[in-house]
Amino acid sequence: MVFVLVESEEGKIKKYSQEALTYGADLAAATGSSCAAIAIGEDTDTSDLGNYGADKVYHVTGSGLEAFSPGGYATAVADVVSNNGGNYVIVSGSYTGKSVAPKAAVKLNAALATGVVAMTDGNSIRKTCFSNKAFSKVSMSGDVKVITVVPNSYEIKSYDKAGSVESVSTDVGSSVKTKSISIDKVKGKIPLTEAELVVSAGRGLKGPENWGMIEELADVLGAATACSKPVSDMDWRPHSEHVGQTGITIKPNLYIAVGISGAIQHLAGVSSSKVICVINTDPEAPFFKAADYGIVGDAFEIVPKLLARAKELKAS
Amino acid sequence: MNILVGISAVPDTTTKISFVENNTKFNTEGVQFIINPYDELALTKALEITEAQGGEVTIITVGDASVEPVMRKALAIGAQKAIRVNTVAKDGMHAAQCIKDAIAGQSYDLILTGRESIDYNGGQVAGILSEMLDMSLINVVTSIEVNDGKVTAVRDIDGGRETVEASLPCVLSAQKELCEPRIPNMRGIMQARMKPLEVVEPSVDYSATNYDSYELPAEKGSVKLIEANNAEELIDLLRTEKKLI
Ligand SMILES: Cc1cc2nc3c(=O)[nH]c(=O)nc-3n(C[C@H](O)[C@H](O)[C@H](O)COP(=O)(O)OP(=O)(O)OC[C@H]3O[C@@H](n4cnc5c(N)ncnc54)[C@H](O)[C@@H]3O)c2cc1C
Repeated sequence: MVFVLVESEEGKIKKYSQEALTYGADLAAATGSSCAAIAIGEDTDTSDLGNYGADKVYHVTGSGLEAFSPGGYATAVADVVSNNGGNYVIVSGSYTGKSVAPKAAVKLNAALATGVVAMTDGNSIRKTCFSNKAFSKVSMSGDVKVITVVPNSYEIKSYDKAGSVESVSTDVGSSVKTKSISIDKVKGKIPLTEAELVVSAGRGLKGPENWGMIEELADVLGAATACSKPVSDMDWRPHSEHVGQTGITIKPNLYIAVGISGAIQHLAGVSSSKVICVINTDPEAPFFKAADYGIVGDAFEIVPKLLARAKELKAS
Repeated sequence: MNILVGISAVPDTTTKISFVENNTKFNTEGVQFIINPYDELALTKALEITEAQGGEVTIITVGDASVEPVMRKALAIGAQKAIRVNTVAKDGMHAAQCIKDAIAGQSYDLILTGRESIDYNGGQVAGILSEMLDMSLINVVTSIEVNDGKVTAVRDIDGGRETVEASLPCVLSAQKELCEPRIPNMRGIMQARMKPLEVVEPSVDYSATNYDSYELPAEKGSVKLIEANNAEELIDLLRTEKKLI
């Protein structure tokens, strides 16, 4: 059986978990098996999981699962999987997934593959390596395989499965070794790692005071904002916006790069974006080679034009 | 405070990646290896902690003899000693098992690693080690403070940050912003040559994954250029051609 850990926020199933479920449902179909979701915690809405691909749902609650902890969650997952004959554990490559998967893999004595972007068959996967500069086909052996799927790699499909819910109550208190003191969520903004559209800018913008038009364009498009490394190093923008080989790796449907040269380290973090648009004064900027659309021109003239058009369309 | 830092040797970030032997092996020819950038942060943080509170920083690398220059650099930055497990790690599980066996009988208050290596991008070793060694785990952290046998760290979460507390011993993985990486100075480089670098043989040779083959991403078709005085068209194309907005 294929198990998929699903995460939720304010009761709602995260988009990347829906993708993981699609992966799980496809894998179950390919291996002649069924797909079960594991939902953890009281406030998860389990009612839709059949539509996302779950034949069955294990809704796990109990002592030690009131808040996230790597140990508590990994124990909950591993227990459900081993008690129900699981062969695969699919986890999203979210921060939560990245903490849970390695621990669950040890508990289950499983093979572990992270950074997975596609399933090749039941025994092998395709994963990113060299920070998106390459991909590898990796074969996995053993009875249990744990796989983390890169967000935005899998198109969500809709299903019409039963998704019948079995409640599991447990006590994982002894595995909880960390205590959450406080959580600071970025409010009113789309988290970069979850964004489908991203507007990003680099040193070409000359200074932090010029980011207003970038934020506005992002806002009108419903996009998140990102930046190049020097921009965050100079504190023009927060570190959490730094994308690239040493920053965040993203894979949005659209990446608009303004005044970014396209250094190899920057490209590594963004080159998997589905559509890339580059705006740069220098026609020789390396970024144009990685772009789908390009405009050679001054950001201070181009961005206001884009903004005006986007606003026009939004209003109509 | 004894701190173990996992150091991995990775291709320099400017490396143009290519493969040999029918795309089954990474082409190391002409490639310069560096300390994995996230591991460099872990090392610097470990030094900051031991300089303030006393104690020793040991680095550990799973790799063949070719990784020693990178390990010497970590010693030059300030680590006191080094352990090399003499094998090429097949995956994160294999590397973590090697590390676990190599440090059996030693005790560390903290184990720090990078949040991932920039070659195989596994992001596995910290989590696996914490489980194998029954230590607490705080993954992808941008701040670490150690006080009274407790560690408080800020970690990245989806859409924000979380402050987390754990008792020692604890495994943490470093994210950008944790600290500014240090550059070795001349004195450090001289001293590094004399520092102990112990080589131990691996106890396991098992791994459940195999990297069968590699490929480079598909080449982008040529870029479609839009005239600057007609820039608005980009928005229209994204809407009609790509249906993105
Ligand atoms: C170990 C290491 C790791 C690194 N990791 C990363 C990483 O993760 N992410 C990252 O981004 N970088 C990384 N870098 C840095 C990288 O090599 C580049 O230096 C960096 O990406 C350049 O940022 P930039 O494009 O914003 O600035 P620049 O290279 O200065 O480019 C600015 C661009 O703006 C254009 N421009 C100027 N004025 C205008 C205007 N008015 N309108 C439009 N365009 C204009 C210029 O033509 C130029 O192309 C790393 C470097 C090293 C050594």
